[in-house]
Order: sequence, then structure tokens, then C-alpha cells
Amino acid sequence: MKKLGLLLLILLLVATLSLEAAPKTKITVGVFPALDEAYAAVLPDFYKKYPQIEVEIKSLGFGDHHSQLVTALAAGEGAPDVAAVEIGYIAQFVAEGGLVDLLRPPFNAGRYRNGVTPYTWAQGMSNDGRLIAMPSDIAPGCAFYRRDVFAEHGIKIEEIKTIEDLFEVGKKVSKDLDGDGKNDTWLISDATSIAWMIIRSSPELYFDEQGICQVDSERFRLAFEWAKKFQDNGLAGGIAAWTNEWYVAFQNGTVAYEPSGAWLGGHLKNWMAPDTAGKWGVTEWPALRPGEKRMAGYWGGTFLAIPEQSKNKEEAWAFIEFICTDLNAQKTCFEVADCFPAWMATWEDKIFEEKMDFFAGQQARLLWIDIAKRVPEVVTNRFDNVANSVITTELGAVLQEGKPVDRALQDAKTQIERRVRRGR
Amino acid sequence: MVELSFGNKVDRFIRRKAPYLFISPFFVFFLVFGAFPIFFALYLSFHDWNGIANSPMVYIGWENYWYTLTDPLFWQALKNTIILTIESSVPQHVLGLFFAFIINLGFVKFKSFFKTTLFLPYITSTVAVSMVFAILFGYPYGFLNYLLVSVNKLPFFQTVFNWLRLDPPLKWLGSTSLMLPAISTQIIWRWTGWNTILYLAGLQTIPQELYEAARVDGAKWYQVFFKITLPSLRPVIQFAVTMSIIGGLQIFNEPFIMVGKDGGTGRAGYTLAMYLYQTGFEWGYFGSAAAISYLVFVLIFIFSFLSRKLLRSDEGVS
Repeated sequence: MKKLGLLLLILLLVATLSLEAAPKTKITVGVFPALDEAYAAVLPDFYKKYPQIEVEIKSLGFGDHHSQLVTALAAGEGAPDVAAVEIGYIAQFVAEGGLVDLLRPPFNAGRYRNGVTPYTWAQGMSNDGRLIAMPSDIAPGCAFYRRDVFAEHGIKIEEIKTIEDLFEVGKKVSKDLDGDGKNDTWLISDATSIAWMIIRSSPELYFDEQGICQVDSERFRLAFEWAKKFQDNGLAGGIAAWTNEWYVAFQNGTVAYEPSGAWLGGHLKNWMAPDTAGKWGVTEWPALRPGEKRMAGYWGGTFLAIPEQSKNKEEAWAFIEFICTDLNAQKTCFEVADCFPAWMATWEDKIFEEKMDFFAGQQARLLWIDIAKRVPEVVTNRFDNVANSVITTELGAVLQEGKPVDRALQDAKTQIERRVRRGR
Repeated sequence: MVELSFGNKVDRFIRRKAPYLFISPFFVFFLVFGAFPIFFALYLSFHDWNGIANSPMVYIGWENYWYTLTDPLFWQALKNTIILTIESSVPQHVLGLFFAFIINLGFVKFKSFFKTTLFLPYITSTVAVSMVFAILFGYPYGFLNYLLVSVNKLPFFQTVFNWLRLDPPLKWLGSTSLMLPAISTQIIWRWTGWNTILYLAGLQTIPQELYEAARVDGAKWYQVFFKITLPSLRPVIQFAVTMSIIGGLQIFNEPFIMVGKDGGTGRAGYTLAMYLYQTGFEWGYFGSAAAISYLVFVLIFIFSFLSRKLLRSDEGVS
């Protein structure tokens, strides 16, 4: 009898053990900060819905994360099951491949198309019709301006309707304080942002739908010329982003107007210039020409992708689906790490009507939603990456070395076309 | 011949072959991490491959080499690299020799302190160093600009700056003419100590008798330096210069961190290694990138050979 009892006990133990070890699939999610915090906060909800999946979040620095992903794709091993890809790297993965097309079964991401902010969906698409990454958060382009500086000069933000108006305002704001012949306060930190504002709000980027290079178009000429005009008139500080000078300029108010993405607000508030709370406002970009609509563009954004080498694609997709289309998940990411939701239904939430103290009670989030709706849809071309590098350096040559705009754009076109002709 | 038992045979086999086992770790690692990449890159340089493990490689012959050699970016990167190599290595060696000569002088105290301090930059983390240099070269509030703007208020410096057509604050990392000198300071800072140690080791092999004889003959210090020290150091100089050429043609870290992946304004800081990196890892032409690496190899070979010819040590001590 005793023996039987023992046997039963053992059987019971074995049974519970094997129940415990019921197949639980582990997936790895490769991200960069602050997505790691955002996704970790979402995990409890995710586990409620998918108890059979275990998620490991692997976080690396922004640059390291992306270069590690490239290496892992080349090696055929070592990539995470879910990989975060920032907009700046989307074109690279469109060109190189290695990420699955999410429109294909079993993912069928196409059914979410109408729920995702249209422009960011287009960015995840390649020009040959693949969706290589699902948009998870967006960064509507806006400008942060110093209310105190503008008020001091009697400038009303509503009066800045066109880029010409912005230029005139800039001349009032940019001043030489110590009489050394150089300005010590400026409208903007860096003149390149004027060009990027114009380029990123364009209905086409570097190529048209036929894949013809468009960098010598009127839009690019205006982008380069306006940037040059702001630079030559001393309205730009020549301060590079993510440097000490940049942060100091925000703290001291020596820069009054900064075109950027919605995410910059969180950085300003949390660590760049926390003492300037209440002095900032958020505004739309001006119109390029009088009578036109205001420019609306992007300045960042994150996508989630599945590497082809992943062995747990369906579980990976379950995670992506949850992060990108679950209302609560999108809201949590926004609350934890300022990841502005790409899933439009999230925008109905009350949190978006909040009056934000840092912006002197402005309902900035409603403005960002409005901008996000108006950003033109541009599909990513596989050569965007090359074009971006070429345009960046030519813009630098125009601004720093006085290279003529027409020649710079012609040179850019030659360089880009040389690589496009090579094709694959 | 005595018939060996089985046991003896095994014993002899082990004794003969065991040493190979002991030295095998090096060869295994070398084959995997050294030889394989070298030959795979050569194979790759004749193929078109987008860098994704399971995508096909297409044989395209010399196209990658032809494309690279006709690419203006390649020539620009080559020009930048050569300028940067010269700007960064010449001061390294002059300073290195100078410091080594001083430390080697008999009356200098705290030798190991100076040696350690000079060598310290070599073992400092690149990231930390880059942050310090970013503060140094920052625009417009960087430390160097702070100094320049301050002294610019004095009439003497004002004249000097006017004459040099400099107008502080300077965009150290933004202007095409100042970028390479700014980058090279970081390289010089890092490698001067290394060269000092090399030259110091060389100096210590020079027999004291030569110096004593010179002193007896009444030679001045500069005569001693140019007639004894330099000629005796020739083999060391040759080695150090070759190392600088090899290192110089592969410069990547410093410009990449200081001016970004595109090489800054007008790609003035774009080096061959950055061109290789961008071609392969960013634009996805891994075949071309492999071809570039072989072209760099050829260049290193040529330049090293030339430096050997120029600094040949068998021309003897004069």
C-alpha cells in the first residue's frame, strides 16, 4: 500500500513537471533604448494573451543595434526574432533584404493597413511591393519654439505662415550681442534642418514612382537654397544635433526654433532642458510657398521586422501584432517612452487631449495627430539609402563651403545615378 | 630493426604527434578567423552579393574592381586617407623620436612615470576619448574655440588670425580644410606614446661607446643626434613607419566617430575604410567591399615596399 502511494506521488510529480514544461516558445526581441523600457512595460499584458510565448528583450545602443542586425543578417545567424528598425535604416534593409515580407501568409499584415498612419505604412513598403517592417511608432515633424524669446520680440507664432515669414522672424531673433560681428542668438541650431523640413514633407523623396532620380527637382533646389539663405544670413548657429552645444542652446534659449520630431519634447523635458518648462511651444512647419498648405513631414519613427532566419516567425508576428495594433500596448509605449502611436485608433484616447505643462498648457498631442494625418505617403526606394548619404554631404558642401546649389544637385544626381545604373 | 609492440607503437605515435595537438589551437583559430576571411574576401571580390546569408552570389569577374577604380568616391577617399596618414604620422614620429631622445638622456628623472604617461593614451577607451575631443573641438562653445575667441581680443593674435584668414570660433569638424587636421590630432595623441616606446627601445640598443667616442671627439648634441642616434635607429624607424602606413591606410574609428559615417562636409573626412564599410554594410554591395579591401591591401603593399626602399637599413651607418 505504501509503495502504491509512493508510486502515485511520483506519477503526480512527473505529471506536474511535464505540465510545467509544456512547450513554451522563447523569442528574442532586439531593440534600442528607450524601446526596451516601453516593451518591457507591455509584456505583462502580452503574457496574459500569449502564455505560451516567452519574450527576451535584448537592448543595444542605437547605432550598435542596427549594425549588429546587418552583421547577423549577413552571417545568417544571430539575429533576433523581432528586430526594431528606425526609419533611417529602413531603406538599407529594403536594399539588402533579409527581412520577411509581412504581407505574405501567415502574417497577412495587409488587413491592418487602414488602421496604421498612412504615411508610415508607405515607408515600411519597398518600391517592389513588400512590407518589410510594421510601423510601431511615428514621429510627426513639428517645430519647438521658445515662447519667451518670441514674445520678447513681439512675434506671434500664428503669423509665421510661410517659410519667407519664418526667415523674416529669424532676422529679428538672431542677434549679435557682444558686437564681434557674429550672431550669438539664432533662430535655428543648424541650417540643414530647413532643408530636411522641405525634403521630408515632399510628395516624393529621392526617386519618383518609376525610380527616376529626382534630386535636381524644384523641391530640392528650394530646400538647398532656403537652407543656404538661413545660413548666409546668420540665422543658424551651426550647432550639430546631439552635442553639448545643442543642449546648452536649448537651456539658454540661444536657439528659438527647432524643427524636429514629436519625440524631442520628451528629451527636452526629461534631461536636455528640464528647467525651461513652460517656456516652449509646439507649432507646425510653415508653408513652402504663399498660398500653399503648410508642410507636413516626419522626423523619426520605428518599425518592427522579422528576419528571414528566425525560427519562430509566427510567435514573432504575434508580438509585433500585439505591440503595433493593441490599443493598450500602444498607449503604454506612449506613456512609458513617448513612442507616438502609429496605430490610429489609439489617438481617440483622452491622454491625447491632455494640456501639457511643459508647453505652457498647449494640447500639443492633438497637433501632432493632425500633422501625422497630413504627411504625404512615400514608398521607400532601395536606393534611398545611397541618395540620403549623397544629399547629406552635398548639402554640407553648399552650406559650409559655398558650393553652388545647382552644381551640388547635379553632382548628387550623377553620384546617385551611377549607383542606380549598376542596379543588382 | 626491433619489432615494436602495439603499445610501443601507440606510445611513439603519441609522442610524435602530440606536439601538433598542443600547437593546434593557434592554427585552428588562424584558419577560422585569419585565413578563411582572407580567401573568402578574395572569392567574394569577384562576385555580386548583397550580404544576406542565403541569397545567391553571382560571378561577375573583375566588375567590382573596375567599378571601384572608376568610382570618384574611391579616389576622394584615397586622397583623404593619404593626407590623413601623412598629417597624422609625421608628427607622431617627430614627437616620438623627440620624447624618446629626451627620456633616454642620463639626467632625466622619473623615467617610468614619463613612459607610462606617454603610453596612457594608447590604452584609453576610444569612446571616452572621442567625447573629450568632441568637447575640445565643439562649435561654437568648444574649449579650443573658447581659447581662440579669448586670445582673439588681443591685437597680436588678431593680426595673426587675420593673416591666416581664420575667424574664430572655427568649425573644426565642419569645414573641409580643418576637418582632417582636427581628426589627425586625435590619432597623433593616441599613437605618439606607442612610437616613443618603440624608439626608446631602439635607443637603448645603441652602444654607449659610440656616444662616449663622440664626446671625446667633442661632438655637439645635434651632431650626436644626426650622426649617431638617427642612423643607428634606422631599422626601428623603418619598422615604425611601416606600421604607421599600415595603420594609416586603415584609419576608421576616429573619423567615423568625429564626423559621422558619411565623412562630414563634402566627405572631407571620408577614408578608404569608411568607404569600404559604407559600400558593404550600408549599401549592401559586399562584393565591391571585398574588392576595396583587396585594393587597400595592394596599396599597403606598395607603400610599405616604398618605405622599405627609402629607409633601407643596409645602407649602413655613415
